Amino acid sequence: MDDMYREVILDHYKHPRNYGKLEPADISYEDDNPLCGDRIRIDIRLDENDRVKEAAFSGKGCAISQASASMLTEEILGKSLDEIKQIGKEQILELLGIELGPTRLKCALLSLKVLKAGAYGITDADN
Amino acid sequence: MTDSLDLSNLRADFPVLAREIKPGVPLVYLDSTATSQKPAAVIEAMNNYYRLSNANIHRGVHTLAEEATALYEGARERIAKFINAKSAQEIVYTRNTTESINLVAYSWGRANIKAGDVIVITEMEHHSNIVPWQMLAAEKNARLVVIPVTDDGELNLSRFESILEMGPKIVCLTHMSNVLGTINPVAQIAEKAHAVRALVLVDGAQSVPHLPVDTQSLGADFLAFSAHKMCGPTGIGVLWGRKELLEAMPPFLGGGDMIRRVTLTEFRVNDLPHKFEAGTPAIAEAVGFGAAIDYLVSAGMGAVSGHEREIIAYALDRLEEVPGVKVYGPRAERKGGVAAFTLDGVHPHDIAQILDTRGIAVRAGHHCAMPLHERFGLPATARASFYLYNTQAEVDRLVDGLYEVKKLFA
Ligand SMILES: Cc1ncc(COP(=O)(O)O)c(C=O)c1O
Repeated sequence: MDDMYREVILDHYKHPRNYGKLEPADISYEDDNPLCGDRIRIDIRLDENDRVKEAAFSGKGCAISQASASMLTEEILGKSLDEIKQIGKEQILELLGIELGPTRLKCALLSLKVLKAGAYGITDADN
Repeated sequence: MTDSLDLSNLRADFPVLAREIKPGVPLVYLDSTATSQKPAAVIEAMNNYYRLSNANIHRGVHTLAEEATALYEGARERIAKFINAKSAQEIVYTRNTTESINLVAYSWGRANIKAGDVIVITEMEHHSNIVPWQMLAAEKNARLVVIPVTDDGELNLSRFESILEMGPKIVCLTHMSNVLGTINPVAQIAEKAHAVRALVLVDGAQSVPHLPVDTQSLGADFLAFSAHKMCGPTGIGVLWGRKELLEAMPPFLGGGDMIRRVTLTEFRVNDLPHKFEAGTPAIAEAVGFGAAIDYLVSAGMGAVSGHEREIIAYALDRLEEVPGVKVYGPRAERKGGVAAFTLDGVHPHDIAQILDTRGIAVRAGHHCAMPLHERFGLPATARASFYLYNTQAEVDRLVDGLYEVKKLFA
């Protein structure tokens, strides 16, 4: 628990990478964590081969959810939608480098949930 | 009755308070608004019940059944006395505050609310005093009207006056907010509601554990509360209602115990309060509830609320000295022992997580009051809440912890 706020997590929280919105974007999706009300939106632009050219996230949340979103938007650059669909919980935890209890796991996985809904073509950004 | 609490002895009554969260890091439990800790007397009463007297209640003639019934009903008598009810028949056991409110919305509501009728709630309610009324209003095409909350975290009483002109059928409000700590002027509101013949349901989940509550001067027609927030076990709560009202209401759940006589085509309901207690109830929990009442009576509710007044005043002073901390709700003299706060630049979840590493248990989130958080434009708050066993030294540890959080996020 003590190292949950590792330097790298705090760094991503204080200096989020790819923070903002892409308008227009090829894929946009937004969702919240009903437990804490955190909300995250992810926008993606694809290149001619349908690989991620640009990714951005916006929204508010705790250090864990913001850091995981920030890391995820770096991680998916150059990936195809099929590759994105393969990303699992373990990879997110690996990126964060920490172990999490059930409540905080939801914070960590919110951005992945949003990203996957987008990748699977659910488009309702106000959902 | 004593005028102040002897904390050194009292803390020893609660076994969990001796716990260390990690070696050398003692627990600082600041989450009693969610659920209180339990004194050994309550744990032992439930244990003894199972070891010595366990049986199903009512209708049994053997010794254990008689003992179990006496314990179950004896607890009801003490609860009645605790809130100065006119009779134990006015005490209906439920699972918790939520079920008590649902019972009224379902039984009284479905019999009395018609299309176009007005049901009043407030903006500071817990979801348990919002959703049952939304469900009823949707089903009956009734109107749900909301008393707003002022910037200071109090009910806007002038808006309430104009709402009264709509001729509401029932006004449902919390006695004490579980976020802002606001203690609402129930008697004053009830007098006005009764003048237009509206009933008043009071959510006492936070008031009955923390303040002396007297149903004969409160002004309410219904009062709901939970044992687990007042030193008792989970799984049992109470609906208190004025006898005439409970008598006129149709039953809630059907089954054993709530009937006087059943044929294959019809039934006759049992007397109060059994009419509302279908099926085998939470017997051991009632026994534990009775022990919790005894415990609070011996501490003295005046002393409990006095202690909390002191500690919240101290906590607000100390919290407000931390740069970036904002506490929501009224000033200390107008509220109970609850401090919901934010810290600039740090999400409440992170605050709670870091405090946990220092053994400090606070809650983070919307505390089942999303509309209230929306009112203040907040997705979430961190909340420290106090009970009879908390000390000023624990407030100091909270504040030290917050400085640690600030350092980490600076
Ligand atoms: C003001 C208030 N009302 C209702 C409730 C619901 O209580 P329970 O969950 O015991 O039904 C709570 C507890 O969280 C509360 O604080």
